[in-house]
Amino acid sequence: MDLNYTPEQEAFRAEVRQFLQTHLPDDIRDRVKGHLRPDKAMTQRWQKILFDQGWGASTWPKKHGGTGWSPIEQLIFEEECALAGAPRQLDFGLRMVAPVIMKFANDEQKARFLPGILSGEDWWCQGYSEPGAGSDLASLRTSARLDGDKYIVNGQKTWTTLGQHADWIFCLVRTGTEGKPQQGISFLLIDMNTPGIEVRPIIMLDGEHEINEVYFDNVEVPVENRVGEENQGWTYAKFLLGHERTGLANVGQWKALMKQLKKVAREEQDGARPLIENTRFRDRLAQLDVELKALDLTVLRVLTNEAGPGPQASILKIRGTEIGQALFELLMEATGQDAIAHIPDALELDYDGPRVGSADATPAAGDYFNMRKLSIFGGSNEIQRNIISQLVLGL
Amino acid sequence: MNFNLTEEQQMLQDSLRRFLTNEYGFEKRGTIIESGQGFDDATWKAFADMGLLGFTFPEDVDGLGGNAIDTMLVMESFGHALVVEPYLSTVVLCGGLVRDAGTPSQKSSILPHIASGEHMMAFAHSESGARYNLNHVKTTATADGDSYRLNGHKTAVLHGAQADQLIVSARTGGATADAEGLSLFIVDRATDGVQVQDFATHDGHRTAEVTLTDVKVSADALLGEANKAAPHIEKAVDLAIAALCAEAVGAMEALNATTLEYIKTRKQFGVAIGKFQVLQHRMADMFIAAEQAKSMSILAASEADSDDRATRREAISMAKTLVGQSARYVGQQAVQLHGGMGVTDEMFAAHLFKRLTLINLLFGDADHHLAQVSDQLLAESA
Repeated sequence: MDLNYTPEQEAFRAEVRQFLQTHLPDDIRDRVKGHLRPDKAMTQRWQKILFDQGWGASTWPKKHGGTGWSPIEQLIFEEECALAGAPRQLDFGLRMVAPVIMKFANDEQKARFLPGILSGEDWWCQGYSEPGAGSDLASLRTSARLDGDKYIVNGQKTWTTLGQHADWIFCLVRTGTEGKPQQGISFLLIDMNTPGIEVRPIIMLDGEHEINEVYFDNVEVPVENRVGEENQGWTYAKFLLGHERTGLANVGQWKALMKQLKKVAREEQDGARPLIENTRFRDRLAQLDVELKALDLTVLRVLTNEAGPGPQASILKIRGTEIGQALFELLMEATGQDAIAHIPDALELDYDGPRVGSADATPAAGDYFNMRKLSIFGGSNEIQRNIISQLVLGL
Repeated sequence: MNFNLTEEQQMLQDSLRRFLTNEYGFEKRGTIIESGQGFDDATWKAFADMGLLGFTFPEDVDGLGGNAIDTMLVMESFGHALVVEPYLSTVVLCGGLVRDAGTPSQKSSILPHIASGEHMMAFAHSESGARYNLNHVKTTATADGDSYRLNGHKTAVLHGAQADQLIVSARTGGATADAEGLSLFIVDRATDGVQVQDFATHDGHRTAEVTLTDVKVSADALLGEANKAAPHIEKAVDLAIAALCAEAVGAMEALNATTLEYIKTRKQFGVAIGKFQVLQHRMADMFIAAEQAKSMSILAASEADSDDRATRREAISMAKTLVGQSARYVGQQAVQLHGGMGVTDEMFAAHLFKRLTLINLLFGDADHHLAQVSDQLLAESA
């Protein structure tokens, strides 16, 4: 047992840090560190820079163009990126659909879809949830009827994050109604430019357009866009969710946020003293520091487990999202009444108009509102507790 | 970065757990506690034979050269079985102090006897009013020719009445709460003027109140340099905290296991109560709390041997905070899930809860250590 990083791992960290210093564009860093509005072009530009370096997919094996890094190296990379202010790469392609394609798709599909994900050229979104199928995902009703060499898809998906930018959507659709709801589901890859698809925005409580509804009206999908076997989609869906969860601990991002929070606590005034001298506030900060340390070590324990993360990854999702939400809440409270003004224009990089308080205060409440999603998406935290009680505890 | 045990560590853990499962059951433990002796001779001898009592001592004094990770493995196993023997006071605290502060002759005259199981020691340090401040010592040691005279009162001396010798902290200089001026003395419990009042604790261990009245000790009773004991005291307490964190993790794992078993078998409304989602989620949260505590216990053990004071103390305080909070949560909820049975003395769960509760109180509770972390944040911001 040894909690020290090896010299090789330290050298790797130095290499990543050096790369970020020289290759992360200032405007991108400022946008990320300032919690400004995310931008499709920015995400794609950054993906291209990583791709050119050979680092486009930190979690992929080498044979598909990934880095082949160990779990520890992946974490180091993620942490350094977050601390430097690099944007989060798009999970939907890289961490969600790609592992499914690698494991269950045929060679033609791999050759067709993986390169666009790696380069960032193809923007992917997720077609899982429906208005009537949230936590009870298997009750989904969007139908795909086989008609010769194509499926005819009808129905509605919702909570489609960044679907307004997407070139492709990976969808769970119903191809059978026999037996349990889980049997009869298939996994389709659908071109968002196909006639019959309509994307309608859902405005979130922070006033931002991040999620969408996607409607399918007799959308024709070639049968070669189905991954794996018909009616076996639930297996692939669960595999994907397992991958999604390990990414949701987000330790790197929370460490960067903790750093910002400490800075804000030094800069914000509480009467004649800096806020950090307020014991009640500082104790809450210390509590989160302790919890974040425990999460950090638990992630390392889970990811270095030779048997793989398994259902214990649910712990990471629960603790990661709870700690993230608490950090955003404390950041908002640190900026106090300055956080109450809603100034949407100030979320653009070139904004030089009036604001209330510091630049840290401007996005603080919006972020807090937005981040309530963390404990809901990716399988709500209550669903994660079900998973733990069933699969870990055998209840 | 790895969390793997070495082959030797794995073997040690396996054989210790096997021994405790076979030889240290709930009834046996009850008999030991009932005896009032504070420990069981045969068990202590068995620990010596397994090499546990000298594990962390240097090899030239019959030790095995182990570290705090090894102590963690032992203490986790002790936590599973709720071992009441004076391992913490004799081996971790006093053995650690002699190892780290002792002269070569003190080491060679004491440590082999601890390792062989013939010699028990206790750390007489805490004083009333000190709360968790380690430098708050009023007991005095006055030079008297080539000897010292000790006067004062010590509280919460774990297994004090069972010890052959005490390590007593006393002031040879400085004011009550100064770091400077603290010294350590090795004192035979049978020395004239040493009065030891033995008490049972709620968790089956023993504690003592020790009064020192004009206790005369020779100059070679001094452990380490005069006036310079504060860093040694801190280090020994940090090692003890890391050990207690590991014991708490073991106890939490055992408590979760026994509670899980209970809610799978206890039936109400015609079904096992573990079928109710409210209890399932509670159990999941207890499991998460224990896992977080385990991560922090590993952190504490990894840093406990370090001589980098700031890093070590921060890790220890972070660990004790989270372990204390987790122990409280797991303990209280386990009793709750046991229903009426949880508040009876016949359930192992209740004993695990009591031990977890007392561990939080020893060497600084969660609030105390959170305040240390918090103050460190302030110091870093300056």
